[in-house]
Amino acid sequence: MSRQELRLTGSGGQGVVLATVILAEAGYLAKKAVAQSQSYGPEARGGMCKAEVVISDDVIHYTKVEHATFLLALTQEALNKYLPDITPDAVVMIDSSLDLPETGLEGHQVYQVPILQTAIEKVGRAQTGNIVAVAAINAVLHLAPDDILEEAVKMHIPKGTEELNMKALAEGKKLIH
Amino acid sequence: MAYKRFALLQGNEACVEGAIAAGMRFYSGYPITPSTEIAENSAVRLPQVGGKFIQMEDEIGGIAAAIGASVAGVKAMTATSGPGFSLKQENIGYAAMAEIPLVVVDVQRSGPSTGLPTSPSQGDVMQTRWGTHGDHPIIVVSPSSVQETYNLTVRAFNLSEKYHTPVILMMDEIVGHLREGVELIPAEELEIVNREWWPERERARHPYRMEPGQLVPKMTPFGGGVGYNITGLSHDGEGFPTNSNEKTAELMNRLFDKINKNLDDIVTYEEQNLDDAEIAVVTFGGAARSVMGAIDKARSMGMKVGMFRPITVWPFPEEQVRALAKKVKHILVVEHNNGQLVLEVERLAGGSCPVSLLGRMDGSVIKPDEIVEKLKEVSK
Repeated sequence: MSRQELRLTGSGGQGVVLATVILAEAGYLAKKAVAQSQSYGPEARGGMCKAEVVISDDVIHYTKVEHATFLLALTQEALNKYLPDITPDAVVMIDSSLDLPETGLEGHQVYQVPILQTAIEKVGRAQTGNIVAVAAINAVLHLAPDDILEEAVKMHIPKGTEELNMKALAEGKKLIH
Repeated sequence: MAYKRFALLQGNEACVEGAIAAGMRFYSGYPITPSTEIAENSAVRLPQVGGKFIQMEDEIGGIAAAIGASVAGVKAMTATSGPGFSLKQENIGYAAMAEIPLVVVDVQRSGPSTGLPTSPSQGDVMQTRWGTHGDHPIIVVSPSSVQETYNLTVRAFNLSEKYHTPVILMMDEIVGHLREGVELIPAEELEIVNREWWPERERARHPYRMEPGQLVPKMTPFGGGVGYNITGLSHDGEGFPTNSNEKTAELMNRLFDKINKNLDDIVTYEEQNLDDAEIAVVTFGGAARSVMGAIDKARSMGMKVGMFRPITVWPFPEEQVRALAKKVKHILVVEHNNGQLVLEVERLAGGSCPVSLLGRMDGSVIKPDEIVEKLKEVSK
């Protein structure tokens, strides 16, 4: 598919904006056209947060997601709000802590993965949930080779956290079989 | 940060890089969403190139300090959003009257008042034109991509130096917070305009005294040992206040002429798919991205639709829109406000073709599908 529209949703502070920045950076390093944007409220923490990245082989005109071809939901509220607005063949990734809705997932490729739990228990730092998610998303969508994704992550994390974040990437990748 | 020619940047970050390439060495302002990254990045980048950053007590102080720096001969910029832009208006008028080069960035957000701080809007079209009181010329440019933000910031500085006037870079949240790939063309490969002043001390003491054919005053940087007066009052060739109607008329006409007689140099615009178009969509800034997406869809449905996008919003591309209205069957104006640019388009169309508006003021971005629906409606 030449144009992929990814929407990552959760709560402010979970790092979904940074996750889309990293995915956009990886796409850009892999020589694709990318457009990344976000919408959030005035609060620094809490509140619903939606971040998007469009990745395409062609020039990107409209820069936002119209109907997501991929949706990540890290909170129940975000899942309920954004699930109706996906394409019929969209891929959906839902954190295992969330309840699956009774309807809305029919016909979709659904990944129920313990992103937040993995960050806490396997990586040892809750804040790495977004990096775990980035690795899981890339393992499903194959947006960029692993080395490029690692480079993209390193460009956007604080110095001294490389080891931790590389571990998060490895654990995230393992979640997808 | 090591220089990279190609990078993934936010519009706001590209603005700072463009400003530095153009020669900005002073930034003063007061941070406000969605323009804050311009202040943040200026604070990081300016010390790296020998420049100065200062956060002032408020937006008024922000523009005042930038004017002061410019008077001292340093290329200066301030950035803000709607609420802060309102506060800066008095000093924008001062810079226009005293002919001080200055770049003011307004990353628009939803208003009025503090409105929706993190949501997009394009409601400052008329404020950029008429926000400060009194008749005054102004140049306003508006980018619709991250690359164009870089290029247009350079151009904003060049125009401000060439015409000795404040130039408004009218951005919006859509482009300011958008990350895209950008080529950071180095200064050596860009056309950079620098101001001139009189070499002879005696002549330099009268910068506002104009020679025949001279476009703008040649102002020696303050602190350079040449004394002269600068005022926001109506002034004569000596730079001192005057009550003379004749001298005021002379000054005001010159302020307008320097812009109006150089429209070919100042006015830029983009045309897309207009050759066979029956409907032209007129739009600007971030809204253009929705329009371009809509045109892709409308064209694939067989609709003959094109886009006209003023890059220089003020002075508005009058001649071009007048001609456009005679060529197409309908003009649709798409903007994230309740109808501002459309007033100008209606005036210029002058009944040559019907003009419709698709506006928006709820803080959301107009979607391509909504534009396609409107195109279907107006083509009936």
